[in-house]
Amino acid sequence: MRLEPRAEVPLWLSVTAPVMAVLGALALCAIPLAIAGAPVLEAYGLMLQGALGSRFAVTETLARAAPLILTGLAAAVAFRAKLWNIGAEGQLYLGAAAAVVVGSTAWAASPFVMIPAILLAGAAAGALLLLIPTLLKTRLGVDEVVTTLLLNFVVLLFVSLLVEGPLQDPMSMGWPQSEPIVEEAALPRLVPRGRVHLGLVIALVAAALVWLLMARTRWGFEMRAVGANPAAARFAGMSTGAVMLRVALVSGGLAGIAGVGEVAGVRGYLTTDLSPGYGYAGIVVAMLAQLNPLAVVGAALFVATVFVGADSMSRALGVSSYIAQLIVATSLLTMLLATLWLRYRVHWR
Amino acid sequence: MTSAARPAVLRLRGITKRFGALLANDAVDLELARGEVLALLGENGAGKTTLMNILFGHYTADEGTIEVAGPEGGLQPLPPGNPAAALAAGIGMVHQHFTLADNLTAFDNLVLGTEPLWRPWQSLRAARAKLERLMAESGLAVELGARVAGLSVGERQRVEILKALYRDARILILDEPTAVLTPQETERLFETLRRLAAGGLAVVFISHKLNEVLAISDRVTVLRGGKVVASLPTAGTDRAQLAETMVGRAIPPTVREPQSPGAPVLRLQQAEVPAPPGRTPLRAADLELHRHEILGIAGVSGNGQSALSDLVCGLARHESGRVELFGRPLAGATPARMVRAGVGRIPEDRHRDGVVGEMAVWETVMLEDYYRAPFQRFGLLRRAVARRRAEAVIRDYEVKCPGTEAVTKLLSGGNMQKLILGRVLDREPGLILANQPTRGLDVGAVTYVHGQLLAARRRGAGILLISEDLDELLTLSDRVAVLYRGRLSPALPTEQVTIRGLGLMMAGHDPAEGEDAA
Repeated sequence: MRLEPRAEVPLWLSVTAPVMAVLGALALCAIPLAIAGAPVLEAYGLMLQGALGSRFAVTETLARAAPLILTGLAAAVAFRAKLWNIGAEGQLYLGAAAAVVVGSTAWAASPFVMIPAILLAGAAAGALLLLIPTLLKTRLGVDEVVTTLLLNFVVLLFVSLLVEGPLQDPMSMGWPQSEPIVEEAALPRLVPRGRVHLGLVIALVAAALVWLLMARTRWGFEMRAVGANPAAARFAGMSTGAVMLRVALVSGGLAGIAGVGEVAGVRGYLTTDLSPGYGYAGIVVAMLAQLNPLAVVGAALFVATVFVGADSMSRALGVSSYIAQLIVATSLLTMLLATLWLRYRVHWR
Repeated sequence: MTSAARPAVLRLRGITKRFGALLANDAVDLELARGEVLALLGENGAGKTTLMNILFGHYTADEGTIEVAGPEGGLQPLPPGNPAAALAAGIGMVHQHFTLADNLTAFDNLVLGTEPLWRPWQSLRAARAKLERLMAESGLAVELGARVAGLSVGERQRVEILKALYRDARILILDEPTAVLTPQETERLFETLRRLAAGGLAVVFISHKLNEVLAISDRVTVLRGGKVVASLPTAGTDRAQLAETMVGRAIPPTVREPQSPGAPVLRLQQAEVPAPPGRTPLRAADLELHRHEILGIAGVSGNGQSALSDLVCGLARHESGRVELFGRPLAGATPARMVRAGVGRIPEDRHRDGVVGEMAVWETVMLEDYYRAPFQRFGLLRRAVARRRAEAVIRDYEVKCPGTEAVTKLLSGGNMQKLILGRVLDREPGLILANQPTRGLDVGAVTYVHGQLLAARRRGAGILLISEDLDELLTLSDRVAVLYRGRLSPALPTEQVTIRGLGLMMAGHDPAEGEDAA
């Protein structure tokens, strides 16, 4: 087998590749499903039904997709500039905590003041958190993979301290949870009796704005140049340190907003189990989308579908719900293979 | 074609090698006689290195045969794709990039991989004796006990050649051996090669430098597009004929018409520029460059060229002394400020510093100007404006590429350099830094780049030309200065310097003192 670089990628191929990757992952995951004793086709059918088969299922999937779009964008922006932000989970939690601090007292009567305020607070908290490892990277050359990853645990412990201490709800009877977000700051639900909330709209707008930033503005141009070839970017007159800080602000801010959505749109109060790993799943979403901000929406919908569908399927068939993680992880691997296929022509001989 | 008196030691017949759609070698025939120096001449991508890699067993030819003479003569087929067999058949290769272990002594490097690891003492003594004999016979003097890390490039090359001889090479292949040598070292290499050839060694000398081919070889084989286009005795040919055969068309000579220098654009007075650890800083440099003038900076690479180049590019700042740009003292320089001040910069490593390979051609064209009008408005890129500019650069600077959307890294070296040249010259800069502007380019692109630099000089630019190619320096420069260990010599008018004199200065000698120590 020999690989030959492609001069250019035909459009049909870049569209087909992710679809093939997903189908390949589903085919591979049929093996453990069969071993677990589940009828494979029925299991996938139940998954699809569980995720998209009813009005409630669809709203549930969309509610799951909203934070994934935001953390996916956070990873996509950072990875494009080769800032390896593995800390979206921590940024999400700190964003949620900031939203509670600002939004648990009704200091303004209008949601038009309160909602932007908690969004801003959450974005600022996430952005500032990512600034720490980014400054360590640009100033001292500290590997940000390690620092962003470890900060996740620091932040989780910090949130734990908050919800058992200063932010604890006096009405919680000792449960480790914060005071609730006041009604004026809560993100309104988009449909009655569904959990999908304004956060989905915010996520979609964010995807469009991030695409605009990366593809059409001078700051995006700098981010792409610094990511692809920092030496040439510096030679051309870009300040790579300043560009990295800007990337960190955008990436951390997006992850922080994801946290605001969860706390003010779904849960209503802060706990240490607010996120089932949306920050980490965002990395998978970004990779599935090949770091393209618009494709992040599709990738996030896919991952949300798998998570929601697998939940309901595992209940119906008695298969462990870890199958969801398995499918998402396998899709990441098949997607990496597909990107190889996009970049190289394969010759068999 | 081979002189009948001398027996053939190597014969290649119909060697063909394809890489995908590319025909790297097309039915190449080649014959080498005992004691002969054969020059293999061709441009980049003509198939020279592929052919030698096939001979040495790194690649397997799709078609064709290789026959090598045994120690007693008589051609025998060489098994393909087997470097060990090539070594055993007496083929030695000295690569362009040396394959020595820096932390070992020259002696250890010479016997490494040849001597068995058991019974070390006895065989090492024999090895030393053999090496002493080889050195005496060939004139290749090497300090056997010295660490390779402390040897000069010329010495390292002698170790490489000696390694081949130690392995009883009867055929020696040298891939662009003079690329890293000073003129004096080159001359010394040629003397060695003549001596070795007189002793019966057959030499294949791969090069694209015409002067050297004419100086050293008995016969020239010219490759173009993977094919042998000519194979002729060196005595019956000349520079112009070889150049035309190599390129496939006549190359007009580059002529530098006289111009009277104008106002100074760059002045250095006792300027000191620091360098990162392990690199040579610029020490107390004095320099003056005027409009309508090209100042050439000669020197073996690593003697402070980077520091000088970084200063003018805005990547480094002088820590003492004085630097004036267009008559004003330079302070707080950054790459962007230098560009805005009217400095055009052609970097030494175009892939690393000149372009972002993943970006489209139109993005590359605005890489230094993206933040300025007319390329951006309200923070948004004006892509149509950028594309029109890129189209103009592609047209005006003869860049061969599929269009403005093409990915920059897929352009050939020559076209990438033309793109950078267009980006820089289109702004009509008053000062141009050209650092190795033609490195790795083929003859046609070299001629083009030279023509453009001379045109910029005519328009009134002052050009600081840093180059290791002495022919290039003497063709283009009005004055030449030499960098040696971070010290810049006074600039001399080109009419007063010779390649020989430059070579002495590049090796650290004052040309007035003669060359005893060289």
